[in-house]
Formats: sequence, C-alpha cells, structure tokens
Amino acid sequence: MKLTKHLAGVVIASTCLCAPALAQTRLTMWYHGAGNEVESRIINQIISDFNTSQSDWTVTIESFPEKSYNDSVAAAALAGNLPDILDVDGPVMPNWAWAGYLQPLPIDESEFADFLPGTKGVWDGKLYSVGLWEAAVALFARQSTLDELGLRTPTLDKPWSREEFMAALEAAKASGKYEFALDLGMNDQAEWYSYAFSPFLQSFGGDIVDRSTYKTAEGALNGEAAQAFGKWWQSLFSGGYAPGTSEDPADQQTGFIRGKFAFQWNGNWRAVATMEAVDDVVFLPAPDFGAGNKIGAGSWQFGVSAKSKHPEGAAEFIKFAAQDKYLAAFSDGIGLIPPTPSAAQMTKNYKDGGPLAVFFALSKAQALVRPVTPGYVVQAKVFTKALADIANGADVADTLDAAVDEIDADIESNGGYSHR
Amino acid sequence: MAFNPDNHGLRLFVRYLVLCLIALIFIFPLVFMINSSFKPDSQLLADTSSLRAFLPVGDISLNNYFGAFRRAPVGLFVLNSVLVTGATVLLSLLICSLAAFSFAFLRWKGRDVLLSIVIATLIIPFETIAIPLLLLVSKLPWIGLDGLHWGWLNTYRVQIIPWVADGLTIFLFVQYFKGLPGELIEASRVEGANWWQVYYRVVMPLSGPVLATAAILKFLVMYNQYLWPLIVVQQESYRPVMVGLGYFFQLNVAWGEVMAYLTLITVPVLIFYLLLQRAFIASIASTGVKG
Repeated sequence: MKLTKHLAGVVIASTCLCAPALAQTRLTMWYHGAGNEVESRIINQIISDFNTSQSDWTVTIESFPEKSYNDSVAAAALAGNLPDILDVDGPVMPNWAWAGYLQPLPIDESEFADFLPGTKGVWDGKLYSVGLWEAAVALFARQSTLDELGLRTPTLDKPWSREEFMAALEAAKASGKYEFALDLGMNDQAEWYSYAFSPFLQSFGGDIVDRSTYKTAEGALNGEAAQAFGKWWQSLFSGGYAPGTSEDPADQQTGFIRGKFAFQWNGNWRAVATMEAVDDVVFLPAPDFGAGNKIGAGSWQFGVSAKSKHPEGAAEFIKFAAQDKYLAAFSDGIGLIPPTPSAAQMTKNYKDGGPLAVFFALSKAQALVRPVTPGYVVQAKVFTKALADIANGADVADTLDAAVDEIDADIESNGGYSHR
Repeated sequence: MAFNPDNHGLRLFVRYLVLCLIALIFIFPLVFMINSSFKPDSQLLADTSSLRAFLPVGDISLNNYFGAFRRAPVGLFVLNSVLVTGATVLLSLLICSLAAFSFAFLRWKGRDVLLSIVIATLIIPFETIAIPLLLLVSKLPWIGLDGLHWGWLNTYRVQIIPWVADGLTIFLFVQYFKGLPGELIEASRVEGANWWQVYYRVVMPLSGPVLATAAILKFLVMYNQYLWPLIVVQQESYRPVMVGLGYFFQLNVAWGEVMAYLTLITVPVLIFYLLLQRAFIASIASTGVKG
C-alpha cells in the first residue's frame, strides 16, 4: 500500500513537472549548414535558448548539406513534407514564394528597419525572409603590390574607374611577377558567376533581366551596355589577365596567398584565412565601370513554410534569432557580415576599426540584390553559361542574344512569373 | 639483344609493361585520394601540380580523419549505407532469381512479352521516374509494430524496396539460367522434384558466378545511391554515405577531410569486391557483362 502511494506520488509529481514541456508545440526547422561545425554550434545554441525562453514552442532542427539543400526542399514540397521553418538563399526566395513553398512572414518589416537591405527577402511587396548575416565581395590585394606598381588605393568614395582598373591589371601583368594579374574564381560555375560577376554587368549599365518589368531580358542583357561588358569580360581572358574556366580550383583558395595573382575577386568568407596568411592584405571596393560600383547582396535567410500550421510560432523564433547577440555570434563564428550596425559593433572583425569593417561599408554602399524574381534560378544558370562561353571565346553579341532568348522563353513559359 | 618478334620472353615483358601502365592509370586516383587524406589542405593543394600528390610525403598525420569524424557522423552514414545496400542485395538476389527462374524454366502465357517489357525497363533512366516514385512512396501505407502509417519517407524501407527488383539483374539471371544444361532440370523433374526444389536444390547451387556478379553490380548501384536518398530522406539518422559527402563542401572546402571521408567510405566497397572477386571475374568471363 505504502509502495502504491509512493508510486502515485512520483507519477503525479512527474506529470506536474512535465506539464510545461507537454504544452509546448513542436516546430520543425530545416537548415542548410550540415557539416559546418561552427554554424551548427551557434544555431543549436539559439534553438536551445529559444526553447527554454518560453513555454509555447519547441524548435527541432534538421540540417542538410548546402549543396543538395534546395533539391531536398523541392522534393519535400512535392511530397507535402515541408517543415515549419526553412532557411532559403536570398536570390532563391522569390522562386520559393512564387512556387508556394513559403508564406509571408507575420512580422512587421519595421522590426528589421536597421538590417542591411540585402538581408531582407521581399517579394511581391511582402517580407518573406530575414537573414542573420550578409556576404560581400571585394578586390583582394596586397598593399605592397599597390605600392610597387604605383597604384592609387581606391576607396568607396573614389573607386577605380574602368581605365584605372585595367591599368592596374596591365601593370601587374607587365611586372612579370604574377602568373595572372587577376583571379576571378572561374572554376566555380555555380551561383558564384551571377553573384560575383553580374555586378560588373550592372556597373556597365546592363543587367541579367529588365528589372522594370521582370518580363524580358531584352535590352538589359544584350543592349549596348551589356555588349560593352561582354567585350571587356572577354578581354580579361583573351588579354591574358585572368585564368579561364579551366582554372585549378585550388587556386581560388590559395593562389592569391601563394602570390600567383596580384588581385583576387573574392568573398569575405575567405577574408579571415587570407588575413592570417597575408600581412598586408587590403580589401578594395569594386571598380566603377560607368554606372556606379556594385557588388552582389543576399545570403541565407529564414522564412516560414507555406505548410506551417504555426506561422506565429515560427515568426517568434525568427525574431528571437535576429537578436544582435546572435548576429554577432554568427559573424564572429563564420566571418560573415552582421546585418545591423549595432551587431557589427559587438563583433571582433566588423566593429569600427575592425579588420573587416570595410566589408560592412561595402555592403551598405555598393550592394545590389540579384534580380528579385522567381525566374532568377533559371536566369542565373543562363547567365553563367553565357559568361563561361564568352570567356572561352564565343561571339559576344550572339551569346548574349541567345541568353536573352532563353531567359525570355522561360519567362513566357511560366506565364511571366506573376509579375504584374 | 636484337629485337625478335618471336621472342616469347620479350613479348611477355612488353605485355606486362603495358598492363602495368594501364593498371597504374586506374589506380592513380585511389593513390591520390589515400595519400591526400593524410596531408593538410595547404600541402595537398600545393602538391597537386607535382608527382608529390601521389606520394605520402611532407606533413603526414591522421588529422583529416579526426576532422572528418568531427564534421559528420561518418560511422552512422557508413552503417546506413551498408544496411540499405546489404538488405537490397539479399532481397534482390532472391526476388530477381525467382523471377528469372520463372522466365527461364516455366511455361506460362505472356512470358516472353513480359520478359521483353522487363528488359525494356533498362532504357528508362531513373531520373525520369524519380518524381512519380517520390509521390507514390510518400503516400504508401505501412503496418509496423506500432500500427498503420502513411508515407514511407525517412525510413530504411524507402531506400530498399523500390530497388529490389530491376531489369538488369533479372536479365542476368535469365541469361545464366538459359545456359544451364536443360537435362539437369528435366532429370530433377522426372525424379519428382517440384519447381521450388529445382530452384533451391539444383539451379541456385550452380549459380555462384551470376549471384556474385548480380550482387556486386547491385552493391555498387546501392552504395553509390545519391539522388533517391536525397529526395526521400530528410533526417540525418537515415542518410547514406554519398549524401553525407555534401557535409564536406562548405564555402571553404576542407579537401583533406574530403579525401579522408572518401577513403573511409571506399573501404566497404573494397572488402566486398575482394570477397567476391574470383566469382565476379569468372562471371564476366562467362557472360561478357561488365559493370
């Protein structure tokens, strides 16, 4: 009898203790960072903090390898198996929103007023996603190289013009000290081409697609400015300034460090490793080819799946994760740019006077998001192929015209992608 | 010594020299992979432009292996792959050999037409049926110990069952069975054996080479699975080795860890091949089929 009473007491007590946990509604979340130890540690910490900070929701995470993440999400969407919270690459977001994978965030955009523009995923006038970091590219160089070649150090206010940039490449080539004057990372023919190289086209005055309507690439990708860009682009390879598409992948990681290249067009995710290896590395802003100096914007962001039955819980988690302390933790951990000025001040690299603070300024001043259209996922592939072909000697006008035809055909076959 | 085309020793020497060179070409990627798995990234990348890439020289350590285990649950992925592959191979040998036995020895209406259809499936790329198959398995029922479930996603069975029967394996068995002496089968039947006994006691004991070939071909297909598990498995606990490879391709690729991971996941394949090597070669010689 005594034992029965004890057991009953234990059961009642454990039931009471478990009550708050039972009341929590489970939210599932998918993340692209499997295999990234630092990202995993931080995101798991955020989830743990969130789960203990309130009693309504409990988030569980499933991580995927980045390379196959989009395919996994597309397959799960087909099978009706999406989670509550998804992370999505910025330029892909409009496609997922249009395809019905995402629903608008039930959060007022004003809550992210101080976030860098590229970290906010807006499609069709609605906020769909928010990023906890931003990425930027810059021209990596050595101060000693600039000095030796007698080059002016470009600044955000006064970047190199096209002539100055080409003169710098020519000087580096003429010095005979480098295998190539410039490394563009041409072996990486995934998202890198549209992210890193379309800003050059935009700086010439062209674009991947006509952003005023998003219904054609005619004029934007094959107009006068785009033709000029194409010819310049081809000259980088025909003139022997940069290695072409058959570049050794290893060179993008170590070529600049080993002194094979005078300049390298690379992302801030390579900045920390480069700083550790090259004492006098400097990160220079993009050249201005006539229509302003531009770099790409938009990295991974969090959104709410269209299938989620608890968008308010998912939104609560996203707001929680967007606290400055977590933005700073991500930045310190993976080296990317924190989205807010206040978070930047909490980081070791991006605070005022920090070694990478220039990237925050670059992103704020030069960043242009890739075309905000569901058709971007196709347009990026067409653009990549066109640039690779031109680099390999294809006729510029014909190649750009063919790219325009392909992009326009895709837009037409998808009914204009809902652009009004 | 002057060159004499009739010199047997010289011809043998040249033949072996050529064979050794060809063997070296085939083995170079493996040698590169294994050697690189012991080198730090900086040295690995620097060595790619010289013969040092194929030699275990420089700063050699097991750090990449420790790193690989830290980055991904390597053991779990290997276990998943071995489990899925092993189960599929065993089921496939049983089901496909039974089907082939029926095609080869039993007489029934529509047999030849159905065999033609089965063989015709060989020309259909899996990619074309992946999405319909995904939609199908995501709705299928399953009765487990804890009752009825709908949908097979995120399970082992979804990685096994759709791959058990395939045209190539059935075709291999049919071809092999047709080459067996018909008198044996007839004698067994005359002696009173039923068809199951003929299959189990007469045909299968004579089918070692084709069993080995079918097992190795199926093993390679299953162990290298990528697209199918990618779309039907969203939980790490069921992921196989090839999907796991993606864990190592971050913005900054840790090439040394990639090589260590590849070396580790190659071990089960080598063990399996070495176990069945003799039968595999015998089967290739007799059927002319190669992987």
